[in-house]
Amino acid sequence: MPAEEVGVILPQEEVEATPGVVESGREYELIIVGAGPSGLTAGVYAARKMLKTLLISEDVGGQILLTAEVENYLGFYYIEGVELVQKFEEQVRRHPIDIDLGQKVVKVEADPPKFRVLTESGKFFKSDTVIIATGKRSKQLNVPGEREFLGRGVSYCATCDAPLFRGKDVAVIGGGNSAFTAVNDLRNVGATKIHVVNILDSIQADPILIEKTRDPEKLELYLGHEVVEIGGMGNRVGSITIRDRKSRRTKILEVQGVFIEIGLVSNSELARGLVRMNRWGEIVADCYARTSVPGVFAAGDVTTVPEKQIIVAAGDGCKAALAAYEYLLHR
Amino acid sequence: MGILSENVVTELRKRLAGLKGPVKLIVFTQDMECQFCQAARELVEQVATLSEKFSVTVYDFLKDTEKVNAYGIDKIPAIVVEGKMDSGIRFFGLPSGYEFGSLLEAANIVSRNNAMLSPETLEILSPLDRLVHIQVFVTPTCPYCPIVVKVALRFAFAKEQIRADMVETTMFPHLANRYAVLSVPKVVINETFSFEGVLPEKQFAEQVMRAVQGG
Repeated sequence: MPAEEVGVILPQEEVEATPGVVESGREYELIIVGAGPSGLTAGVYAARKMLKTLLISEDVGGQILLTAEVENYLGFYYIEGVELVQKFEEQVRRHPIDIDLGQKVVKVEADPPKFRVLTESGKFFKSDTVIIATGKRSKQLNVPGEREFLGRGVSYCATCDAPLFRGKDVAVIGGGNSAFTAVNDLRNVGATKIHVVNILDSIQADPILIEKTRDPEKLELYLGHEVVEIGGMGNRVGSITIRDRKSRRTKILEVQGVFIEIGLVSNSELARGLVRMNRWGEIVADCYARTSVPGVFAAGDVTTVPEKQIIVAAGDGCKAALAAYEYLLHR
Repeated sequence: MGILSENVVTELRKRLAGLKGPVKLIVFTQDMECQFCQAARELVEQVATLSEKFSVTVYDFLKDTEKVNAYGIDKIPAIVVEGKMDSGIRFFGLPSGYEFGSLLEAANIVSRNNAMLSPETLEILSPLDRLVHIQVFVTPTCPYCPIVVKVALRFAFAKEQIRADMVETTMFPHLANRYAVLSVPKVVINETFSFEGVLPEKQFAEQVMRAVQGG
């Protein structure tokens, strides 16, 4: 009997950055930092305006890569995150812009009348305008044991690590869509018991996702509880201590894995000191994607835009590229 | 109907047209008591039908002991991707999900006869004078894992002293336990040195040299 069909994911063609493809020191009219939905969309719009553009990023896709299923991006009633990214990238690569991947931008600074973009690898580029579209990354709990047991049972990537916890007891920290997506992943791989610990008294995940993960035998909910400590058993996670925020009573849960899904922080460090940010480190951008510094634009999740959605980020990228074009025309 | 979907086959056929030189795919398998051996074999055999550059050889893990020893195969399913000679590229477990891309990458490397590493990375690895065994532990759902596997495969192709294994962690739980794999990608170098996560090519090379020099 033949084996069942195997699910494979084809990588994007020539997606990898070949070192030296984009030489350091080049000058552009526009540099887009980040290649999530906003950066990629900005790339397409900039190319259509024939701006001399560099798209520079560590990876392609950003947070969508960690999203198994996307069901709310128009045109696709269901698409895997990685496939959507591939479609985005395919479209960008039809246009003649420079793309430098595998490069972490560490600083964007003013170098009047231009801006300088510096990478961790020591490259630098100059540009008349910059779009910052660097998105967000997972937020940490900042409790004892979290850093110590990272990679030893503490995970911020349920998509990656859930398969390693088949037959094990785990905790998911958080109550939003990411947390319940992690619950779904862990259920699917056969985790034995899943403790969901949320600091709030309610669940914020979409009702459809809560319904999908409903499993009274496997799921144990601890609402209004906070994680106090992640404890070890040898060199790996063995337990977490949680505390009821009202009664202050603590409880120890024996778990081998802790999946932290408590939200995100902005990847805005590269622009610290350059543009205005709010108290959460989000770049303040207006409805034209303009920041506090003329010539610097920001788009997507790294900004103060109220809804962090793929479709919103893509729209933001469009606005930022068009605004950069207008700026170059009228400065 | 094959083990790959029609869409994948159509796309693969186009992509594999770019292969330059011959690629040998050597599968180590056995008939019984190996859950994913049949799937691995069928996967390789179907991929091989999509380009005339491929050839496939299948060895039995229990019977073909000479080849098993020669290629250093200690678990199955195993796939060796070989060009003109064995350059130490190994896949253990079924390369499905994101890891299918790593299998294609291996074919590209040996076919082009080019490791595609930067001069700086090659310079870091140039003093290497002893054997290095790199194991990259992955899961098929990990989007970051192929980035690390790709670099390890390139190292193996560039340096005859290096062997690089992709290990699908969920298929070898005893190894997950032995090397405490609780997060992927996890890289284990020469049994004793390890790190988790993605490192750029240059820093990865530095970690290899650090491991060789005793940490």
